[in-house]
Amino acid sequence: MSFVLGSGLTRFGRHEGRGTLDLMSEAAAAALADAGLERGDIDGLICGYATTMPHIMLATVFAEHFGLKPTYAHAVQVGGATGFAMTMLAHLLVDSGAARRVLVVGGENRMTGQSRDASIQALAQAGHPVYEVPFGPTIPAYYGLVASRYMHEHGSSEADFAELAALMRRNAVRHPGAHFRDPITAADVLASRPIATPLKMLDCCPVSDGGCAVVIGREPGRLAPVAIRAATQVHTSQHVSAAPDLGTFGAGRSTARALEAAGRSLADVEYGAIYDSFTVTLALLLEEIGLAPRGGSGQLARDGHFELDGALPLNTHGGLLSYGHCGVAGAMAHLAETHLQMTGRAGERQVPRAGVALLHGDGGVLSSHVSLVMEAA
Amino acid sequence: MTAASVPDWTRGEPGVALQRCAGCAHVWYFRRGFCPACGREAPETFAAGGQGTVHAATLVHRAPDDAYRALAPYGLVLVELDEGPRMMAHAPADLAIGDRVVLGFREIAGRPLPYFQRSRPPGGADR
Repeated sequence: MSFVLGSGLTRFGRHEGRGTLDLMSEAAAAALADAGLERGDIDGLICGYATTMPHIMLATVFAEHFGLKPTYAHAVQVGGATGFAMTMLAHLLVDSGAARRVLVVGGENRMTGQSRDASIQALAQAGHPVYEVPFGPTIPAYYGLVASRYMHEHGSSEADFAELAALMRRNAVRHPGAHFRDPITAADVLASRPIATPLKMLDCCPVSDGGCAVVIGREPGRLAPVAIRAATQVHTSQHVSAAPDLGTFGAGRSTARALEAAGRSLADVEYGAIYDSFTVTLALLLEEIGLAPRGGSGQLARDGHFELDGALPLNTHGGLLSYGHCGVAGAMAHLAETHLQMTGRAGERQVPRAGVALLHGDGGVLSSHVSLVMEAA
Repeated sequence: MTAASVPDWTRGEPGVALQRCAGCAHVWYFRRGFCPACGREAPETFAAGGQGTVHAATLVHRAPDDAYRALAPYGLVLVELDEGPRMMAHAPADLAIGDRVVLGFREIAGRPLPYFQRSRPPGGADR
């Protein structure tokens, strides 16, 4: 077991003139302040990666820059699943006794640090360099393929997907740090311009600048204790061409193992933090995990199931779709928001009950899956 | 047939090469020197027959670079080949999931790429 001792999340959006290390530092300083800790209290450091600052030793670079002298430090790369994978590693490190307090930090100027084309091309490299990338795919195109099959098999409609984008925006309106805060309706999503059918502009997360950090420790800290009870992974395949089943990628298997290890079931989950790079990602993950029936997540959103006062509040900061996506820190924002909710500090976004939370992230094209079960002690 | 004699579009030749394990009969697409299912070495490389079924389809409007911007919107599909594996390819915009398709090649963004077209009229029986 481990505890989340503090979290720090920057505003997402445009941070003109600020680099990866700046954004990582801002988030790390905020997480330390939240935990009431000094740099010297940290003995472990886990970093991710930044497409705008490729480096073979990013954790050591950050340790030197930020002023840490850890006895354990390195980077982790699992695409969008990196944030939760880093957190899982920190959990294992403190649980094993290899470290006492681990700083987990991500950040990137993905929006202003490179051109839009460069960002899109860098991300498309998640595809196969020989058998997929030559066809001019993009990440939205890979997910457009998945969405087309999912609609065919499970009866989801574009209107169902649109409900999830509108839900994330309703949440983001309440968060001052969100990249997009102008209210949108499902009709706005349906009317937005096509990107890779059936996905339209508002079915896709933005490219943002931002950073996020958490401190994971062996003992509870100064805040109300929030424990990581279980952490699991499943990796079925890397490439969409090689995926055995475009409706079952491993998310259900990963979360089932995590809940079992935590001695919990889906019925116990009071708060959901689910990866939402695209509306179809969120729909598919909710439905494969079992938090919604197959093809039914849009209807549940329409029915208020995922609202702050609903049965399962979801990504109350606005998710990747509206809080924004800056790479590694993108899904870490889900974790920071979960921490705020579980410590009763989410302000006007506070949900009535967040005693048990299920977090799930994916990297690539639903290629890598990481799940966390967290409990307020 | 030796691996080198099977036409392979990834080498600029008009064909799709598949591989089959002599031990467990697993068939796959991404070329390698061993079976990813059982690990046995020296798989047989053979030419795909070119018949398949559309498994997933998207029309890409937002292209990744200038070469593809000139083609947008373009159809991108996953085709389930009759031999089993799925492959990515280009296709006309109006293909639908379940359509039976046949392999061809088109010069796209400066190189010959697999391009699938419907192998019988719309409304034909799906599998």
